This record gives sequence, C-alpha cells and structure tokens, in this order.
Amino acid sequence: MSESAFEPKIVGFLCNWCSYRAADLAGTARMKYEPNIRIIRVMCSGRVDPTFVLKALSLGADGVMLAGCHPGECHYIEQNYKTIRRFKMLKHTLRALGIEEERVRLQWASAGEGALLASAINEMVDQVRELGPLYWPGNWADNEGSQDAIQALPREHAEAMEVPA
Amino acid sequence: MSDGGAPTPEKGKLALYWAASCGGCEIAVLGIDDKVLKVAEAFDIVLWPCVMDGKVRDIEKMPDKSIDLCLFNGAIRTSEQEYMAQLLRRKSKVLVAFGSCAAEGCIPALANMNTREEIFQTAYHDTPSTDNPDGVRPQIETEVPEGTLHLPLFYDTVKTLGQSVEVDYYLPGCPPEPDRIWDALVAILTGQLPAPGSVIGATTTVCDTCPRTRNEKKIKEFKRTWEIIPDPDTCLLEQGVVCCGIATRAGCGALCPTVGSPCIGCYGPNEGVVDFGARMMTALASVIDSQDPDEIDRIIQEGIPDPIGSFYRFGLANSLLRRKALAHNGDGRVAEPA
Ligand code: FES
Repeated sequence: MSESAFEPKIVGFLCNWCSYRAADLAGTARMKYEPNIRIIRVMCSGRVDPTFVLKALSLGADGVMLAGCHPGECHYIEQNYKTIRRFKMLKHTLRALGIEEERVRLQWASAGEGALLASAINEMVDQVRELGPLYWPGNWADNEGSQDAIQALPREHAEAMEVPA
Repeated sequence: MSDGGAPTPEKGKLALYWAASCGGCEIAVLGIDDKVLKVAEAFDIVLWPCVMDGKVRDIEKMPDKSIDLCLFNGAIRTSEQEYMAQLLRRKSKVLVAFGSCAAEGCIPALANMNTREEIFQTAYHDTPSTDNPDGVRPQIETEVPEGTLHLPLFYDTVKTLGQSVEVDYYLPGCPPEPDRIWDALVAILTGQLPAPGSVIGATTTVCDTCPRTRNEKKIKEFKRTWEIIPDPDTCLLEQGVVCCGIATRAGCGALCPTVGSPCIGCYGPNEGVVDFGARMMTALASVIDSQDPDEIDRIIQEGIPDPIGSFYRFGLANSLLRRKALAHNGDGRVAEPA
C-alpha cells in the first residue's frame, strides 16, 4: 500500500515558443495531465544547461523532463540540435552514475501538440512512479556509526597518551 | 618577512595536515624551495605529520583558535580524518583546503563510483596479490588481551573538506603550483585576502592561458591521447582530444596542453562553474559536428568510454551528484536515512 502513496516530483524545463505553449494549449483545452510535473519556462531548450538537470536531481527531484520545439523548428535556429548533443552527453554520464533511463527525458512538442505533451507527461510520471523515489541526497547521508566513531577519538587519544596519576 | 610580507612581531602558529591524499601536496609545499625558510621565520610549526613528530593529543590541549593557519590537504574518507578536520577547524583561525583532494575530492573521490563493500571486497579478497585465507577485514573495534583496539570507520562516500567543516579558503591544484602556494602564503601573511570561502587563485580558464589557436572547428570523432599525435599549434579540443581547459581554473600556466597533452582538469572548476562535468558536457556538445541523433550517440559512446573519469576525475565529491547511486534496496530506491 505504501508504494502507491509515492508521488514522483518531476521538474520540467519547457521552451517558451513550443512546449510551454503546448502545455498552455493542454490547459485551455481542459486536457488532464498528472500534477506531478513542476514546469519551469525557459526561452529555448538550448538554455537548459546540464547543471540544471543535475541540480534538480541533487535537490530531490525524482525525474526531469526537457521539452522543446521539434528539430529544425527551434526559434533560435539550431539550438535544439545542441540540446540533443548535450542531452546525450548527459544521459551517458547519468547512466554511469546509476540513474535509470526513464528519469530524464527529452520530449519534442510543438505549440499545437498539447495532447502529445500531456500524454508524454503522463507516461513519464507513470514510469517514474513505477521506479520509486530517487531521493538522491540519501546517497551521501552519514555512514551509520560515523558520529560515534568521531566522538570516541579524543577519549581514545587520552587513554593512549595520558599516564594516569 | 622581508619581501612582500608584513613584519611579524610574534611568530604565528602553523599546522599542516594530510587526510586522504597521495603526499604530492606535501612535496608541493617543499617546492617553494628556500622560501620555506621564510615560512619557518614567520611561523612555528605545531603539526606536520609528514615532516616532523607531533602528537594530536597536544593539539587537542591547545586553546581554540590558537593556530593561526592550517593548510589541510586530503579528502575525508574515514572517521579519523573527519575528526582531525573538526579538531583543526576548532583550533585554527584560518583553515585552508589545500590542493584538489581537500577542495574537491580529487582521485580518492573516484572511489565514490563504488561502495565501501565493493572496495573491501577488492582490497581484502579479490586482488591476485591478496593472501587472506581467514577473510580478515578491518574492524572498528577489536578485543585483544590488552584491551580494545580501534580503527577508523571507512566511509561509503568520500567528502571534501568543505563538506565536513567550514573552510576559509581554497587553494586548488593537484598539487597546487609552488608559485601559487607562495602567492597564497603572502596573501595570508599580509592580510590581503579575498572574501572568506573563496578560492585563492585566478578567475580565468586554462584555455585563456593556452598558447594554442582556436578556430571554432567541429569534429566527427573524439580521439584518445594514444590515437593521435596532435598538431602543435591548434586547439586540442578541435582536434578531437577531450581537453578540459575550458572548464578548468587557470593557475598551472597551461603546462599540459602546451606540451601536447590535454588538460585533465586538476585545477578544478573555474569561478562560476557550478559543476565541472556539466561544463564539459556543454563544451563537448558544442564541438560535435552532427545533427543526427544516432551518429551523435556513436560519437559519444565510442569517444568517451568513461564519462566520469573524463568529466569528474578531480571533482566527483564536489559535483552536484557527488557519487554513483548506492546499492538500491531491491526496488530501485535508496533507503532514506532515519
Ligand atoms: S525555441 Fe523551442 S527549442 Fe529552441
């Protein structure tokens, strides 16, 4: 039961000219999509530095979606080709760090593709819900017993170095 | 201090310590040559395990803030190292993360691609030279007739000094160049310091100090260093060699690219670079000459077989994600700490 209580937090970086409008369109057309995505509007998918994705994950996001105009339709000429290259470089790195494929996704959606974007969001939310929480900060939590071991040291030094009166 | 330094009426106290490090930083200190005598003029050295005898117990008994300057090299990977970091923080007025290990984890932090269990398995069981029929492993407590013996706790995740205690200044480099060390010592002695928490060093990149010419050329494949004898005058990145100069803080004088070897990033991220690897991903994405997803995939897979080694060789502990995911407990989730 507790499994189904998990609701993923997904951060979405949507480009202003296509994908953000697609999300708007989905809204005005009253299409339903999962509320798990927190959308951040950027001017272009090419604005999304891999740093943004890494930071979102390190702060506890369970997944990140990048969405932009279809290749060839970017409003800054060929920035979204750069997005493809960066995204692949990033995925290559995330794979090495043990982060599942489905957690970071690149989605093309033009201004007219509200339904497509909504279904991509729903699909991603389902996949990440299935994977479970990422909870990345848990990876660097203190080792069990480290505080005790640290606190024991001055006493051990005193025992080893001081001659009792 | 005669040149560059203010006269010091009373000798200050200096401590140098090493944690998870290779010893190269210690040698780098001696690389300042005869100026080390000036250091000895200005300071009494109260702790320097590499060079002289000294007892931690004596440091423990000193009043807080009685050490004027502590140069701490090495990353934090055991409870003892963390204790020493806390102790020297308490006792020192100025604590400097000296060198790449203390500043960003460096080579020891590549262990963050493994767990403690995997490391112990390799070191105490699997290597061909290991002879351990009883399967002995380090224990933090062992009872012997004379009493209890202690070993430090070995951490799963290597930390930087700054992730363990508050650090006043960072001196990057693997190891820091002697001239930069001297500059920093002079700055500290004369009180001409940047804001606390900052790096003492340049705010430009290795590229800015590299003599090679950039032409904005793009490439169809990355080359490993053994696959190419690079042209001596043009940018290495534009010849397909993964050179980290673009993300790396200047300070070394572009030693490696000048002699035809790519920058591997030992001076750490330049000012304003949050995540060294992310900066490299962006830089490399810009030089790939392809718009075809499959071809891009091939170029990356073939050209960068080890992205962590290429992008985080010196800074995995200090990167945004810090390590590889820990062993999942069966269902794809990391246990939340209690
Ligand atoms: S403007 Fe939409 S991807 Fe560039």
